[in-house]
Amino acid sequence: MATKPMRIRAAAKDGVTEVKALIAHEMETGQRKDANGAVIPAWFITELSVSHNGKVVLASEFGTAVSKNPYLAFKFKGGATGDKVAVSWKDNKGESRTDEVAIG
Amino acid sequence: MNNQRRSVLKTGSGAALLSMLAAAGLIKPGMALAEWNKAAFDAKSMADTLKALGISQPADSKDVQITGPDIAENGAVVPVGVTSAIPGTTMMAILIDKNPNALAASFTLPEGTEANVQTRVKMGQTSNVYALVKAGDKYYTATKEIKVTLGGCGG
Repeated sequence: MATKPMRIRAAAKDGVTEVKALIAHEMETGQRKDANGAVIPAWFITELSVSHNGKVVLASEFGTAVSKNPYLAFKFKGGATGDKVAVSWKDNKGESRTDEVAIG
Repeated sequence: MNNQRRSVLKTGSGAALLSMLAAAGLIKPGMALAEWNKAAFDAKSMADTLKALGISQPADSKDVQITGPDIAENGAVVPVGVTSAIPGTTMMAILIDKNPNALAASFTLPEGTEANVQTRVKMGQTSNVYALVKAGDKYYTATKEIKVTLGGCGG
């Protein structure tokens, strides 16, 4: 299944870059059932990392309790307009995706 | 002679395939992160999660804050934030006591990243939500009860 692009914003202010990311993912817990009572298999992001010009600024591990279409916001020191911020994730089905934005 | 040519072709195409995969982003050198901690995320209760993470007794700390609504109308999307004022915070995690699996997410913070992360989680029912923070070799926690009117884990 094709993955959908993330929405990422990165803004630098006073030497600190704020990153906000909205990741398109079902984040199925594996505990819900469909109309026929069959369990919908778990499908969720397990690992997500954010890098700034290739250097990791946040590494995270997700469980099934992270909401559908996960939202993430954090700040790191440094970063200037035009620098690249990339978000990569990997899910329990082995799919992965990386999206990149320039700091605005 | 022919045989040798065959094997050269074989090895040649093998290397080409490898570099093609790398170019296509299927193989990412230097991208390998720490292995997903299955034991910790599979753990059912708070105590089991802490055990899986190898933490004995985290101390309550006023320097750790967990933010979120007092009442969440929709348990499927509960905004939760963790901040730590403890210098040298390297790890933060969100745990939800009454969820089927307590651990929701953990974040590793390299130097230069502020100990302030916001995300959204699912909650099955009203529960205490814990922020777990690692600074140095010590672990600290903060707790907040979030009431849920409509669970987000059933279906």
